[in-house]
Amino acid sequence: MTAPRSWNRLPYVAPEAIHALTQRTAVVPESLPRPLLAYGNGRSYGDVCLTEQGTLLLTRGLDRFIEFDPQRGVLRCEAGVTLGEILTLVVPRGWFLASTPGTRLVTVGGAVANDVHGKNHHAVGSFGHHVRALELWRSDGSVIECRPENDNRWLSATIGGLGLTGLIRWVELQLMPIQNPWMWVESQRFGNLDEFWALNQRAESCWPYTVAWIDCLAKGNAQGRGILLAGQHASAQTELPTFKEGSKRFPFDPPFSLVNGLSLRAFNTLYYRQPVTPQGSLTHYVPYFYPLDAIQDWNRIYGRRGFYQYQCVIPPREAEAATAALLDTISRRGEGSFLAVLKTFGHKPSLGMLSFPRPGTTLALDFPNRGDKTLGLLEELDAIVREAGGTLYPGKDARMSATLFQSGYPQWEAFNDYVDSSFSSRFWQRVTS
Amino acid sequence: MNSLKRVIVFGATSAIAEYTARQLVAQGASLYCVGRNRDKLMALIDDLKVRASDHQHIDGEVADLTDSGQHAHLIDTAEQVLGGIDGVLIAHGTLPDQQACQADAAKTRQEIEINALSVINLLTLLANRLEQQRHGVIAVISSVAGDRGRQSNYVYGAAKGMLSIFLQGLRNRLVKASVDVVTIKPGFVDTPMTAEFDKSGPLWAKPEQIAKGIIKAMQKGKGEVYLPWFWWGIMLIIKHIPEAIFKRMSL
Repeated sequence: MTAPRSWNRLPYVAPEAIHALTQRTAVVPESLPRPLLAYGNGRSYGDVCLTEQGTLLLTRGLDRFIEFDPQRGVLRCEAGVTLGEILTLVVPRGWFLASTPGTRLVTVGGAVANDVHGKNHHAVGSFGHHVRALELWRSDGSVIECRPENDNRWLSATIGGLGLTGLIRWVELQLMPIQNPWMWVESQRFGNLDEFWALNQRAESCWPYTVAWIDCLAKGNAQGRGILLAGQHASAQTELPTFKEGSKRFPFDPPFSLVNGLSLRAFNTLYYRQPVTPQGSLTHYVPYFYPLDAIQDWNRIYGRRGFYQYQCVIPPREAEAATAALLDTISRRGEGSFLAVLKTFGHKPSLGMLSFPRPGTTLALDFPNRGDKTLGLLEELDAIVREAGGTLYPGKDARMSATLFQSGYPQWEAFNDYVDSSFSSRFWQRVTS
Repeated sequence: MNSLKRVIVFGATSAIAEYTARQLVAQGASLYCVGRNRDKLMALIDDLKVRASDHQHIDGEVADLTDSGQHAHLIDTAEQVLGGIDGVLIAHGTLPDQQACQADAAKTRQEIEINALSVINLLTLLANRLEQQRHGVIAVISSVAGDRGRQSNYVYGAAKGMLSIFLQGLRNRLVKASVDVVTIKPGFVDTPMTAEFDKSGPLWAKPEQIAKGIIKAMQKGKGEVYLPWFWWGIMLIIKHIPEAIFKRMSL
């Protein structure tokens, strides 16, 4: 048996058993060791999708569509369907996901359980805001159909509930109408963090999608330099370019990380120097939303030891100072990632009790795993985040302390009442002990 | 090239058949799906209906194919619903527990009934119909296990071997009527049913991949197809090991 892994390939733990679900109404056998935990397409980081005890329930076999209303844009599908499979179905019919993360390889169940967000959070909220209904199977055999208009306690526990409230069997989504598969995108370079804040504020007020990539190694006056991408779905066009999707695969596991000080500095400088299009241009939705999906298994570039992803959110009042402090610490250490992503969340309150998105600024970075050295850096970052009243994203965490989690998610004890007694994860055991 | 506009799928809820059905629908086919488990079949039909456009027809019914008395009725209904038959995929079958078969002759007969005789019954009816209309393609999922008997699963192997030889004869007969008969021999397939196996080796294929191969073979009217192709080489070697040596091997 090969144990399923999370996307950053650490921690490396195996469950006692794995069980593939192929039919949404099939009984989960009593004989399987408990606790249970759903595992979708393995795109979350750390250990929210892993367990050392009990059974992982593989949900990718639940990949059927159930109903689609092309007039109203309402789609119901099984929890193991990926967002990419949804887009392949609905884009030619004039619909799009109302909220999408930076990869379309996640399952819809995983998107709900982590209440994922996209570049349009400031305009439309997170994934959970667009869930019309879902079905939850509980280990006592009961089945709960959750809808926002009915009693929504189960819904707010399950959205962002890290798969702990039971097994999500199907989800019904409200989609968003589009004219064609293309995006109108403007990119603009900014020389430092101050310029970013000004530019970002202007962009957010007139664009549904905004995100910035920053060079986390730049220092001094250039600290926080980067490129801001603002986009919107293209309006009806008389003529559209053609788009052919390519696919490459990262072919092997290097014995050490190919991401190191040298390659990072070169890449970041080149990326920053790339031509920008402040006047705007048409880009197909695939490279716009999912640039990394074009390289299958890109996580292997970090080598056998895997990597840490670090994504925090800082409340608005502290955002400017804390973001500068985080970048200071990172550039001083010379560590950092190819794509450090900076984005501000909107004010729409998340629906989930444990949802990550909240008003403020979110910064996401990857760090190759260099053992204690990396962990030490991450603890320094934690201190800045804690001081600023911020928190980390569970779906991308492999190491935050119980204290940091509990202070960032004050509803965690109330949430505990909704946790299915036969479900748990390594993450949950770690942050509640 | 055989066009696959109207296709009947027997054993539609098996993983390989389900992915084949999805790809056929994506290419514009109308389908009539037959499966034994009601919940699974309904879930499959709902899914295909969502994927299909308005002018494609998706339907089906629940049937236990070991009841050969139903076969003629099933084919009639499918032909009526689809308005004709361009292709047939027969994919039903079981993977018997070899130990249980060794212990019980009735169990052995039952497995041969499901995996060989029920298929041969269907094929006999379908062959006459397609021979008359003088076009169409019949594909049947056999197995590499039917190429040589091995101690670990020779009941399954014998059933699939019988099927493969029956299909050879049928192909030979129907070529005159411009009807193609395709024998599909898949190797190891990574279906949800085999999740507990270690699939890190290079021999495991995805059902989507197998489905693509099946459709291509049906369109081109191939004879016997190993999927993926390299099983042809593996089986060539296995078939040529002298029996005096083979009988002592444990494969």
